[in-house]
Amino acid sequence: MIEKILVLEVVLPLLAAPVCVLVRHPRFCRFFSLGIVAICFWIAVALLFEVRGGGVVSYQLGGWQPPLGIEYRVSTVNAYLLALVTAMALVVLSFDSRGGPPRVPEQRRHLYYAVFLLCIAGLLGIAITGDAFNIFVFLEISSLASYILVSLGGHRRAVMSAFYYLVMGTIGGVFFMLGVGLLYQETGTLNLRDIAARLEPSLDDRGTVLALALLVVGISIKLAVFPLHHWLPNAYSFAPPKVSAFLAATATKVSFYLLAMVLFTIFGAPFVFGELRLQAVLLPLSILAMFLASGAAIFQTDLRRLLAYSSVAQVGYMTLGLSTANATGLAGGLVHLFNHAVMKGGLFLVVACLLYRVGSVHIDALAGIGRRMPLTAAALVIGGLSLIGVPGTVGFVSKWYLVSGVLERGWTAAAVLILLSSLLALVYVGKVVEAVYFRKPAEIQPIDQVREAPLGMLAPAWVLAAAAVFFGLTTNWTYGVAREAAELLLAGGI
Amino acid sequence: MSSGTTILLALLLPLAAAVSCQVFGRLGHPNLRDLATPLIGAGTFAAVWRLGDQVLRGGRPELVLLEVLPGVELAFQVEPLGLLYGLVASGLWIVTSIYAVGYMRGHHEQNQTRFFTFFALSIFAALGIAFARNLFTLFLFYEALTLLTFPLVTHHGTDEARRAGRVYLGILLFTSISFLLFAILFTWRLTGTVEFEPGGILAADTSSGMVTALLLLYAFGAGKAALMPLHRWLPNAMVAPTPVSALLHAVAVVKAGVFAILKVVVYVFGLDLLTGSNASLALMTIASFTMLMAAVVAIRQDNLKARLAYSTISQLAYIVLGAAMATATGVLAGGMQIAMHAAGKITLFFCAGAILVATHRKKVSELDGLGRTMPWTFAAFFVASLSIIGIPPLGGSWAKWYLMVGALETGFAWQAAFLGVLMVSSLLAVFYLMPVVVRGFFAASPTAGPSGSAGGDRKPIAEAPFLCTVPLVLTALLSLALFFVAGDLATLLSF
Repeated sequence: MIEKILVLEVVLPLLAAPVCVLVRHPRFCRFFSLGIVAICFWIAVALLFEVRGGGVVSYQLGGWQPPLGIEYRVSTVNAYLLALVTAMALVVLSFDSRGGPPRVPEQRRHLYYAVFLLCIAGLLGIAITGDAFNIFVFLEISSLASYILVSLGGHRRAVMSAFYYLVMGTIGGVFFMLGVGLLYQETGTLNLRDIAARLEPSLDDRGTVLALALLVVGISIKLAVFPLHHWLPNAYSFAPPKVSAFLAATATKVSFYLLAMVLFTIFGAPFVFGELRLQAVLLPLSILAMFLASGAAIFQTDLRRLLAYSSVAQVGYMTLGLSTANATGLAGGLVHLFNHAVMKGGLFLVVACLLYRVGSVHIDALAGIGRRMPLTAAALVIGGLSLIGVPGTVGFVSKWYLVSGVLERGWTAAAVLILLSSLLALVYVGKVVEAVYFRKPAEIQPIDQVREAPLGMLAPAWVLAAAAVFFGLTTNWTYGVAREAAELLLAGGI
Repeated sequence: MSSGTTILLALLLPLAAAVSCQVFGRLGHPNLRDLATPLIGAGTFAAVWRLGDQVLRGGRPELVLLEVLPGVELAFQVEPLGLLYGLVASGLWIVTSIYAVGYMRGHHEQNQTRFFTFFALSIFAALGIAFARNLFTLFLFYEALTLLTFPLVTHHGTDEARRAGRVYLGILLFTSISFLLFAILFTWRLTGTVEFEPGGILAADTSSGMVTALLLLYAFGAGKAALMPLHRWLPNAMVAPTPVSALLHAVAVVKAGVFAILKVVVYVFGLDLLTGSNASLALMTIASFTMLMAAVVAIRQDNLKARLAYSTISQLAYIVLGAAMATATGVLAGGMQIAMHAAGKITLFFCAGAILVATHRKKVSELDGLGRTMPWTFAAFFVASLSIIGIPPLGGSWAKWYLMVGALETGFAWQAAFLGVLMVSSLLAVFYLMPVVVRGFFAASPTAGPSGSAGGDRKPIAEAPFLCTVPLVLTALLSLALFFVAGDLATLLSF
């Protein structure tokens, strides 16, 4: 039964988008898209239950057998990702932003939901499909949609950031496309498993190495791997806060999946990490990201930019897990996808609450806000503690396995650096928390009138804050799944 | 009631106290709020006491809450060291919560509800540390204790408090994340487990260099033990209201650090692995250095609470020294010092707080002649000082006795040096504690009579409020009583 509805995971949001455009009623669109995403979430969870323990669900579009036709193929790796994307989409869409992004007039708000659905469809499509060209199509759908979403930020610089994001994203897309083209030239097929089976990567084969290079660089731009991250801080800090929450929690995660899939499934760990020794590049870059981006976060005065730089640093932790190329480290990186989505999504929703009530998330403007908005501030503290990696939060689980994986590899110095870098998180989180609780409100901006955020905003933020603690204490469905996915990837499957 | 339920009860009662503080505080019943805390504290103590019965009979009550990571559980087990620490923390919490009422009201402190709430939460974390069955649970509650005491340190919200809070959080989290967590993960890597096992979990053939490195990582990682040079957070924490300094920064928090070291020595390394090793010698040397240096610094402090803080650093090093010896006697002495120092030092802080409430004086040099107007306070200070110095018939003398015996048993070539260090340190304790008593009782008051004061207060100076004085007399008597029950402690702690 499940393999019959598998395709709905992508088709539903894809078809729901034009429905929104046709109906044009903002309230309807909001609840309609929420309903669609809820169904997608349900399918994703059902899929995850189905494939856990090594199962595979496959669907052939139009009944064409792979490798000729396009195959949607779900195993633990992508079921995990589908569940992550739909869950975050569900939480973010249920966030009542009281009228959507400020610059979108009422009569065009339905377009916002349509674009949101397209973005979701694109991200789910990347995760679900087993066809390289299909991935490129969905990558472009999700990217184009996210450029539009970012540009709705209200601030004039949002448009500029979106344009910059578009230029960088397109370059990434072109690189990816060229890489796929070269692979097609080498193997004569576009089906991922078929490519993996036919490709015999070796260092002498320039075409293959070039394809790998193009794919890795292309995806790294989308993933915001240091030093290709420049689009991210602007995009995240000028986008509507709800969009930042969604993109931070999903877009980079899907790119990470893509990178892992290219490295482990198509080219295979023995070639990439054994012969080519990609870790010699990836490990230093990851560590640089952890330190430089966290260091940059410390000096930010705007909470959104601070969180955006922190995201770049967190990508560093994920790629670090990737470069260990062992089950523990890779599982640490994969579990950090979910863990980071939960905490950063929650923090950006807190930002949305603060923006709605205070009007600014400049750190000076937040001085003393802890007394006026105790629940919002408490959610901020939980998210912050999780970023530091305090035990009992999801951040600790990630750190535990990343460090274990790195130690397993014998990289003691890298293990020390991971722990030291979390102290930088302590500094930037401490800076915000200190302002929120201990600083006297600025005189130019009185906060006496500020009230607690409305329930429709607070509830989704707290769902994620609670999840950050819950999944910090029970890891069967996060680490358990990530571990399975990591073992599957290392074995070359998807 | 099953033993698991009792453990759960002991952990939940402080949480209940925190909730009741919030409820009564928000409803505007400060008296009910302040009555509930000591009562719930008594309940907590009773629950821990019940567990003690089973431990003395050789039982090891257990409670497994959930499996957090594969092979890593959030689990509790009560064993002698943890029982002792739990009894000390929960028992003294009752007295402190009474004292705190007198202090906070007498000193007109703000935000009392928040204060009592976080106080109760800190006790919750301390008990979690006491009963932790594995390194993960220990680390979880250890970090929680740091974070939960932070609002207490920064209670006054002044720039000074914020600065101190930054140092406090900075040093404690820096050490725990970069040393302690690393040590735990390394242990996990080496052994595949994080459980505390009698006899240790590290393999007997672990190389000597590795053992030394790990032991030092644990010792400095438990930054709450305030080993020099990572001790600065403790004097900084003194900006907190005095009840916090008394219970948390003389007992619960700092003991959490040394307790962690003791547990690690006994249950992770195992005494056999450490006895007579280089690791043991290295840690003993660091502990001795801290012991002497902190005592010397204490003598030069004029601020009474700062002096007591440095005294705490010095006295904590005794416990680390005992642990570092890695002999049965050493561990016994360390465990005993946890209890003895707790009773003594909490009394000293209570006295410092009582003096502050009654006279608003903070400096040793301002105490001349106060002993005659505050006889109970200064008498208690005298008794507790004797216990800290280690003079019979006060509890502290036993801990020092066993430490000296332990030092002789270690069999290092320079065991006599450690003996000398212990003696000199006791002598230094005389120098930093006795001047307070001497000034109080024998020096002439700076002004005409006891009714006038340098600060220009209009009211004549008298003893601090009843609720402050009674607890400090009680804890002073406790130091005395501990001398006579030391035999029971020795039975409990025989490894």
